[in-house]
Amino acid sequence: MLKIDNLHVCVEGKPILKGISLEVKAGEVHAIMGPNGSGKSTLSNVLAGREGYEITAGSITYRDRDLLAMPPEERAREGVFLAFQYPVEIPGVSNIYLLKAALNAVRKHRGLPEVDAMDFLKLVKEKTRSVDLDEQFLYRGVNEGFSGGEKKRNEILQMAILEPSLCILDETDSGLDIDALKVVADGVNALRSPDRAFILVTHYQRLLNYVKPDQVHVLVHGRIVKTGDADLAHELEQKGYGWIEATAAGV
Amino acid sequence: MSTLSHRRYVEQCHDSASPNRKVEPSWLEELRQQALARFEATGFPSPREEEWRYTNIAPIERKLLTAAEVPADNAAAPSLLDRCRIADTWSLVFVDGVFAPEWSYRDALPQGLILDSLYSMLEADPGWLEAHLGRVGVAERHGFIDFNTAFFTDGAVLRLDDGVILEKPIQLLFVSTRSDGRSTLRNLICIGRNAEARVVETHLGAAATGYLGTVVNEILVAENAGFTQYKLQFDGAKAYHFGGSYTRIARDGRYRHHTLSLGGLLVRNEVHAELGRAARTELNGLFLGSGRQHVDNHVRIHHNEPYGTSRVTYRGILKDRSRGIFQGRIVVHPDAQKTDAEMNNRNLLLSEDAEIDTKPQLEIHADDVKCSHGVTVGQLDPTAVFYLESRGIEERAARQMLTYAFAAELVERMQPSGFRDLLLDTLLARFPLAGVCKE
Repeated sequence: MLKIDNLHVCVEGKPILKGISLEVKAGEVHAIMGPNGSGKSTLSNVLAGREGYEITAGSITYRDRDLLAMPPEERAREGVFLAFQYPVEIPGVSNIYLLKAALNAVRKHRGLPEVDAMDFLKLVKEKTRSVDLDEQFLYRGVNEGFSGGEKKRNEILQMAILEPSLCILDETDSGLDIDALKVVADGVNALRSPDRAFILVTHYQRLLNYVKPDQVHVLVHGRIVKTGDADLAHELEQKGYGWIEATAAGV
Repeated sequence: MSTLSHRRYVEQCHDSASPNRKVEPSWLEELRQQALARFEATGFPSPREEEWRYTNIAPIERKLLTAAEVPADNAAAPSLLDRCRIADTWSLVFVDGVFAPEWSYRDALPQGLILDSLYSMLEADPGWLEAHLGRVGVAERHGFIDFNTAFFTDGAVLRLDDGVILEKPIQLLFVSTRSDGRSTLRNLICIGRNAEARVVETHLGAAATGYLGTVVNEILVAENAGFTQYKLQFDGAKAYHFGGSYTRIARDGRYRHHTLSLGGLLVRNEVHAELGRAARTELNGLFLGSGRQHVDNHVRIHHNEPYGTSRVTYRGILKDRSRGIFQGRIVVHPDAQKTDAEMNNRNLLLSEDAEIDTKPQLEIHADDVKCSHGVTVGQLDPTAVFYLESRGIEERAARQMLTYAFAAELVERMQPSGFRDLLLDTLLARFPLAGVCKE
């Protein structure tokens, strides 16, 4: 589904990613772990198409297409979804209308008619309950005045409604109490399917207690220095990133 | 100061008596003569004056030389009116400065409400008019107000008796049909004790014509009365507009004012309010500029007595080479202890060449008060744009959604739903790709 090949990325002239290669197949869950400043968020943002990142080398192929050539909205319509590390507050645009606009954008892209108003309301209410948010959040401005946990749950709500093919969660688990963390994990597990893939970018191992990854990659100083299965995450939790950084430096 | 042009104008007016002027009682002649004398002496305000420093009205002075009172183009009025008429209201319509009873709806007015033209009132109850006209805003009057007093051709009178609550809003429509036409109107609104009313004041005109409209509202809100005023400035793209509302609010009275300024080439909106004991006022304004529009908003509040509350919220959205101004001042006088005042102005600049000058001021002469003000000027948040793009919304639509949302936040506070819908539709016409926000 996704193939990243020797990706080099600079921000304001400074190299951040220094040759990332990664292949994610449909049905898989990949965790990308690493210390702060290792380039995890850069990778997420580059996948979603955010401005301000200079691709100096390498390629990203998504479903046999050049992902880097697509504008962000096209990536979204093609099924790439980024759950933001810091979801944006947008006063004046209500949550429910953003959901509807986003869903219709995807449907239009697929040649489907706009969603029926009643069906949509039913779907949204059901999904809102599933992420343990009150219905009133639907009618508030997007993320406006939401707590940290509510914002993250709102990202999972959007993901649940849009049913993307490739879900990238950028530290969605950071700063969450266990209840909210479980909501995030449940949201991921509910969507797991043979034709969908996940990239979980995380600083902590805790989320991986609830979502079992197929592969764990450790990102240090812009390079993937180690790849393993779910056990690698436990090892990191016990030994800390210092161990792997030392190993990486020694390579 | 280009006093030459206004003197020539005054001479012209002396020479050719206005076709719309009727015989007037001596007190009104005197009021006009005094105003004319002041206007002759000082002319229009100059940018050297602090309250006018951002707006050069020289183009208006030049305009005066060609602008004239001309017979209305009554054939053009209905289509203009249809665009802005709000259903289920009573209304008075003025076309090119002349009262048009045939377009006005005044069926089944309730007891205790007088809604008529100023000239009709001059015949029906000159004593009442004499007692009320020319009383408000006297301390800060300037050339435009004097000009208006000297030359107004008619206006609306709304007189509401004590205790009468109006169920339906009243719409005052000021239509301009003629190129180089001039309409000068004076409205008088008196809300009796414990009474309540809502007025929607609508200014509109043909897009291609450069007319000049000056409209002055004097508003008296009596003890414990409530008055809500909506001003829709939908003037044509080449129009010059001066509109001022000068309001005195008695003890426990409430005055809410909402301006939506969209049209016109050179526009000045003034809202001044004087507050009595425990009076409350809320002044909201939204102004949009595009092309080479110049929109000046001037707000002044005087807290004269204790326990007053004021809230001023203005938002500007400027693109192309347009220029916006917000100049607001809240004055808390020595007796006005326990005043609670807030003033806020936020602006969105959508192009490199757009400009905003904003100056909120507090002038506090009492020591036990709660006052604050704030200003922001910015562009659309690129992170918010990206957030929407990452949800499948194309950039152009994302920008329009965010801009619409910035404006709509203010509009959603506005109450008569028919009016709010008209506004939101008008905004949507400006930002059509934001359509999904509204339902």
